[in-house]
Amino acid sequence: MSVTTLPSPALAQRQQSWLVRLFDYRPFLIVMCLAPAIGLLAVFLTYPLGLGIWLAFTDTTIGRRGIFVGLENFQYLLTDPLWWGAVFYSIFYTAVATFGKFALGFWLALLLNNHFPFKSLLRAIVLLPWIVPTVLSALAFWWIYDPQFSIISYLLVDVLHWRTTNIDFLGTPWPARFSLIAANIWRGIPFVAISLLAGLQTISPSLYEAAMLDGASAWQRFRYITFPMMMPILAIVMTFSIIFTFTDFQLVYAITRGGPVNSTHLLATLAFQRGIAGGELGEGAAIAVSMIPFLVFATLFSYFGLARRKWQQGEAND
Amino acid sequence: MTDAVAQPAAVANAAPDTMAWDSRARRVMMIYLPLSCFVLILLFPFYWMAVTAFKPNAELLNYKAHNPFWITSPTLAHIKHLLIDTAYPRWLKTTMFVAIGATTLSLFASTLAAYAIERLRFRGSPYVGLGIYLAYLVPPSILFIPLATVVVQFGLFDSPLALILVYPTFLVPFCTWLLIGYFKSIPYELEECALVDGATRLQILRRITLPLAVPGLISAGIFSFTLSWNEFIYALAFIQSGANKTVPVAILTELVTGDVYQWGALMAGSLLGSLPVAIFYSLFVDYYVSSLTGAVKE
Repeated sequence: MSVTTLPSPALAQRQQSWLVRLFDYRPFLIVMCLAPAIGLLAVFLTYPLGLGIWLAFTDTTIGRRGIFVGLENFQYLLTDPLWWGAVFYSIFYTAVATFGKFALGFWLALLLNNHFPFKSLLRAIVLLPWIVPTVLSALAFWWIYDPQFSIISYLLVDVLHWRTTNIDFLGTPWPARFSLIAANIWRGIPFVAISLLAGLQTISPSLYEAAMLDGASAWQRFRYITFPMMMPILAIVMTFSIIFTFTDFQLVYAITRGGPVNSTHLLATLAFQRGIAGGELGEGAAIAVSMIPFLVFATLFSYFGLARRKWQQGEAND
Repeated sequence: MTDAVAQPAAVANAAPDTMAWDSRARRVMMIYLPLSCFVLILLFPFYWMAVTAFKPNAELLNYKAHNPFWITSPTLAHIKHLLIDTAYPRWLKTTMFVAIGATTLSLFASTLAAYAIERLRFRGSPYVGLGIYLAYLVPPSILFIPLATVVVQFGLFDSPLALILVYPTFLVPFCTWLLIGYFKSIPYELEECALVDGATRLQILRRITLPLAVPGLISAGIFSFTLSWNEFIYALAFIQSGANKTVPVAILTELVTGDVYQWGALMAGSLLGSLPVAIFYSLFVDYYVSSLTGAVKE
């Protein structure tokens, strides 16, 4: 018994040191460290991305392997008024909601940049709409937009007497479109405001002091100091905001599901309706892929349009 | 009438200290008034959710007899209905399981990746970092259809495990970037000292870098937890059976039935589904804000 156990500590030691040395070998360690992240991203992001583009060129349905059909799906989409409607509303939704989010969010950030009591508490409260699950706050909006028991209609009709009839928020196309945009803006303001607030706090007060000595008005200080200094962070936040607004799904799916009469379909909800609910995977994938050019364009536009200063000033890109 | 007469007198009285009054009034008008409007509008849907959740049906659908902004006889009926007559507790458990699983997996993967990119520095490490960052810009709306087929291929359709494996696609890029930022802020000299003393790389990571990066890990963790809790489109597309659904999906697909919506139960469900993240958030507000702004600034 004792004879057999004797060499084991030495063996274990040698084995351990061999393992330790392997894990201390840099190339091996680098590969091991990157493997989980790269592996996950490759299998569940890069591969599906390629697969999605492939699917868009096939007529795959749920339960049936498709065959390559070339551009047929896209040709069909170009003649499909629903797709054009979704393209229109996606662009409109993104444009109006982004404008609203940034105008109001910037304003809120400027307000929060002042000194007043309970500032951090207020900052925490302001972020709430962004924290809670979007679908759940969307449900609250659905209830707020109820045709019969809308609290907004109640306020306007019974309290303020500005109107005589309830507003039909979600029953007709244009009010439904704007109701969704309002909900999206409500949800987006906190993110924009808090990110921009962080940017505002990095602007050195001495710049404002110098401008004040030179007799600059409040508007001039905003226009020539705050705004240019905020450009880089504005560009990044806007890029993110545009991408995630354009591909939004939850809000529309929860509140209108694309209705009334398909007037509020975004490309993402249309892709879901055709691809998953309707089973036409190929066509759904084609709709999803058709978002990519818009996204690339919007990203380039917002990023390079706003973040000009980098190469203008010849700064290092870091 | 009396108002019109009294007003000029008041203005005349205020004239001497008009400067002080002016700046205070200005401050109220320019800061406090818009700020309170913002807070009111941003919080109103939550208030409305809460009020609806505790209102009896009679009050809920009769604005003429009851002031809709207040509850005269609060009731727990909706919450009781939710917890007893529906699978809500089960959905909560599934969501918790998925959120914790996805967060753990993403934290593990992204800590190692961030350490490799920031500290083990190799040729091409900035490009790997950039690639991971670009992965964050690929929105789930583009991926969910092909991912659904991938999930089916793996035999994971209708299983919460699929969500745990898929959520890292948007969690890992975010966490990696956050942690790269944190690792950057830790002085490299500390690691050099340990290297000189003969510590191995893994020992350095475990004993020195990670303890110093705890705030970053907490930020990344709570962010991942919230994002997984809130995720909707994947959970909607990959989970079919009522029992395996996550809270956001289940409320929308299982509780919305027929033409007459049970608003009380719906709002109670939304309130309960928001509470875990709200509580989590309130405990870690500062980490939250710093991670949000840190990730944007990176």
